[in-house]
Amino acid sequence: MTADLAQTLIRAVEEADSSARLLEAVEQLSAARLEAAIPTLIAALGYNNPGAAVAAVEGLIQIGKPAVKPLMELLDGYNYGARAWAIRALAGIGDPRGLEMLLDAAKNDFAFSVRRAAARGLGTIVWEELPSEQVQPAQAQALDVLLQVSQDPEWVVRYAAVNGLEKLAIAVAISNTDWAMQILRHFDSQVASEDNLAIIARIWLAQKEIQEYVVEVLDTQTAQIVSAFDIDWQGTLEKLYARKRQEQPLPEGDPRKFHQVAAAIAKANA
Amino acid sequence: MDFDTFEPEKSSSTESLTIEAAIANLQGDDLGLRVYAAWWLGRFRVRETAAVSVLIQALKDEADRTEDGGYPLRRNAARALGKLGDQKAVPPLIQSLDCSDFYVREAAAQSLEMLGDPVCIPNLISLLKAGLQGEQLVSNQPDFSQPYDAILEALGTLGATIAVPLIQPFLDHPIERIQYAAARAMYQLTQDMIYGERLVQALTEQDLQLRRTALADLGAIGYLPAAEAIAQTLAENSLKLIALKGLLEHQIYMSPANELSEGAIRVMTLMDGLL
Repeated sequence: MTADLAQTLIRAVEEADSSARLLEAVEQLSAARLEAAIPTLIAALGYNNPGAAVAAVEGLIQIGKPAVKPLMELLDGYNYGARAWAIRALAGIGDPRGLEMLLDAAKNDFAFSVRRAAARGLGTIVWEELPSEQVQPAQAQALDVLLQVSQDPEWVVRYAAVNGLEKLAIAVAISNTDWAMQILRHFDSQVASEDNLAIIARIWLAQKEIQEYVVEVLDTQTAQIVSAFDIDWQGTLEKLYARKRQEQPLPEGDPRKFHQVAAAIAKANA
Repeated sequence: MDFDTFEPEKSSSTESLTIEAAIANLQGDDLGLRVYAAWWLGRFRVRETAAVSVLIQALKDEADRTEDGGYPLRRNAARALGKLGDQKAVPPLIQSLDCSDFYVREAAAQSLEMLGDPVCIPNLISLLKAGLQGEQLVSNQPDFSQPYDAILEALGTLGATIAVPLIQPFLDHPIERIQYAAARAMYQLTQDMIYGERLVQALTEQDLQLRRTALADLGAIGYLPAAEAIAQTLAENSLKLIALKGLLEHQIYMSPANELSEGAIRVMTLMDGLL
């Protein structure tokens, strides 16, 4: 019966003759969470239909582990739009088998949509699924690549790297406090050189999230670690507003602005 | 729609020219190299005085013409000058608003918007009036005689409240993206949510191109109530992220100095979900 259902839903995707029907068919196929749907859902990543791709990514994440291998196999050589969606699916599943692919994509892919999806994915890997002796070397690789990627020329990739570093700092806060502190020091130095307001704001949020996690999760025994983190989100905020003051246009109703407009109109009418 | 607004801020592509070569090419004989050099100087934001001067000269170019009388070099020079942020370009760009080439006028209006000097408001208003008979749109619509969307957007950004009665009729223009440009300007000039909601409505249009235009407009005005609708509309994540970045920056400007607003955090959470 399940096989019949799968066939019917898959056929509906293959036969969809409008983008609205395709979207609907992919949504239904995704919702069914059937392993048999994996190749069809992966194919839907390449249809250049963002709605269908979102639904397919959602479905692949729900299916989870069985989708990892086919995703990795089919990823190669896909158009870059589809590759970004496939990386997003891998990131959502968080299976460590995808680590190598995410490391490579975050660092080397020419498409920034792929690099940003991979950078985020490096933060969402489920480390506990690795054999214990492999966890630290794998996290070290992710840390190394994320620190590199936070220098990416594209703002959105740097933004994604902050997201990845935040999640990684939380993952290693207890097991490897030194690395968490390295990430926090990195944020401090990035704030000093970063010009993009959205990224400074995201670093501030990351600092808050890390501190909140450390305070909530660690008990009083480890309270010393919390103070050792000494997170400077106030400094980040000050930097953010210093940058803002440089950029701020004259606000609505500012008398200087009014004078400029009045002068301009007077000159034009003269 | 100016797709440059979707352009990433910095490029990973290698710089294939040097500044000196671009400035020299712009004054050279090879028309193709001149057009490319003008684009390149804007793309890599070469803010040097010499670059600005040669680009201003290029606004008067007569050598490079298309078959139907367009001025490709002037177009690129006008676009580049908006990106360089040098106020010396304002008066020559105002003159370019009278150029016979539609695309030069469009580029000039966009660049004047970027340069942010309200001195050009009366000139923009007089272009807008070409589409009006009194308080109404001219009767033979759609009217393609002027780059109305660029003009409306510039008037909104420049804070031209004096132009509100002239902008209002364009909310009913038969071309949707011109309606959106009018809604965007009306929101900037009045802060009335009714105009922001008009753009949110546009995110549900059937046509992907219209949804993209609405995304860019909402990002430009930083309309926070649109955040969830932006995250959900059917369009490329890259474009949604840029629109949300516009909302986030607006929230940063609006936040008190010692904290970030709830809105800023809400927008960042939505952005995270789109990476």
